[in-house]
Amino acid sequence: MNIRENIKTLIIEKPLKLDCGRTISKFPLAYETYGKLNENKDNAILVFHALTGDQFVTGVNPVTKKDGWWSYAVGPKKSIDTDKYFVICANVIGGCMGSFGPSHENPETKKIYGTDFPVITINDMVNAQVNLLDFFNIKKLFSVVGGSMGGMQVLQFVSNFPDKSKTAVPIACTSSHSAQNIAFNELGRQAITADHNWMDGKYNSKSTLPDKGLAVARMAAHITYLSKKGLQEKFGRNLQERDDLKFGFDADFQIESYLRYQGSVFVDRFDANSYLYITRAMDYFDLVKQFDGNLSNAFKKTKTKFFIMSFTSDWLYPTQENKDIVIALNAIGANVGFVEIDSDKGHDSFLLEVPDFLNALKNFLDKSYIESNNES
Amino acid sequence: MKAEYNFIANIIEKNSTVLDVGCDDGTLMEFLRKNKNVNIRGIEISKEKVQICISKGLTVIEGNAELDLKQFPKNSFDYVVLGQTLQAFINPEIVIKELLRVGKKAIVTIPNFGNWKVRLDLLFKGTMPITSSLPHEWYNTPNIHMCTIKDFVRFSETMNFKIVKSLALINKNISNISKSNIFLKNLFGELGIFLIENK
Repeated sequence: MNIRENIKTLIIEKPLKLDCGRTISKFPLAYETYGKLNENKDNAILVFHALTGDQFVTGVNPVTKKDGWWSYAVGPKKSIDTDKYFVICANVIGGCMGSFGPSHENPETKKIYGTDFPVITINDMVNAQVNLLDFFNIKKLFSVVGGSMGGMQVLQFVSNFPDKSKTAVPIACTSSHSAQNIAFNELGRQAITADHNWMDGKYNSKSTLPDKGLAVARMAAHITYLSKKGLQEKFGRNLQERDDLKFGFDADFQIESYLRYQGSVFVDRFDANSYLYITRAMDYFDLVKQFDGNLSNAFKKTKTKFFIMSFTSDWLYPTQENKDIVIALNAIGANVGFVEIDSDKGHDSFLLEVPDFLNALKNFLDKSYIESNNES
Repeated sequence: MKAEYNFIANIIEKNSTVLDVGCDDGTLMEFLRKNKNVNIRGIEISKEKVQICISKGLTVIEGNAELDLKQFPKNSFDYVVLGQTLQAFINPEIVIKELLRVGKKAIVTIPNFGNWKVRLDLLFKGTMPITSSLPHEWYNTPNIHMCTIKDFVRFSETMNFKIVKSLALINKNISNISKSNIFLKNLFGELGIFLIENK
């Protein structure tokens, strides 16, 4: 995938030693910004995207021509108010929206990296993105915010750089990927690698792509983002443009048609190898293990003010896993607030129009911003 | 704002750390933050109330005091406040122990079931008392462990904690409770306010 126009890219000159042992340097980090950085440079919020997100948080994504993935939450007068805050979001390394990833050409072989791309971690992702602070000359962010894998990056960022953000909002996430999380990711990876067109990850040199495998991966993952109740209410056993069952394997049910559609639109915007790499990064995420079994140690001496949110119907990153982070923070006397939001929309709730969630996010940020201005 | 908030604020020293257990809509938290410059946190079981607290810029955790106090290490706070909810817990003994583990001191307020209105209600009507501060029927009341001021004093003896200060609220006036006047305070007091600590 070529780096397209409309994508702002920062070349990170400084070598970055990855967790896998390899070192990368002079690599591209694609980013986007919204709102204006104020004179004091104290209104910046770094947003971290989830597995299939990208730097185009809100407005129209110039590549896909669709609304940004967090359009409900980010924009003028919205929860993350771009009239007030300067929002920065970068495509994670390993991704496919301009940042250094497996679809880039390996200068040594002149071929795409494919599976020769180094395995990256959540830690590597935030260590790459912290360079944006220097680039914008920001000493301290006002906040780091993200849901799902974005939330994991929030936790890792605050752990790695305890003085670089006044507040932190990890949403619907975990401090350690569970066996169930890993299992679903493995299902997706197996679907991709079982596709003939995947060709050990070297597909980009051919004209055919492992679209079928990637679509199945997306379909399986999509189910995990929704709740049983939400699915039942939206689709039930409704039939798709037919009056009766057809006794065949076409999409008789609306839910089948919906999933097929989700799979088909996903392959147009996402790279199969990136999917392998990013899901791997999530699976490797274990902040508890990084700190020898004690999550509290990840946040020792933190002055960051945390606000954690989970959703009642999220079974992928359930409330208890979010609460474990709250407990670890309370154990060291950190400033942490927590609320579980009532929603039938499953893990996806953080991306959707869920007023209780959007209000809580806005109230936390706006009040904390006033508070931090009064202190300084 | 509840009448007792002023008196609670008077007990708490400036610039201390406070946990408000069952902080409701954060009114007391705001009051203490403003008047006592305390570093204050809250725990509240109702999502709606937590949302209100967040809109006031308060740090609150949605949770249940019976289950969620255990996450705080010993002596995390200078004061832990428990306002008029001790009687609603399944196990007030455990809650009191937890309050005094998490806080160096605890401030506990109780609606006084020994108040004369309550006594008369039961005496003359022969039904479970319903008053303005205890408006529920026996079958739907959250207050499953009602006690009197005298009961709480006895409770301190069996539970082996120390009452540092005890106050009775009568008609929006506050007065000290002592050994000599406890009969009257228990009869007229609407609310007991106790500052307690471990022996």
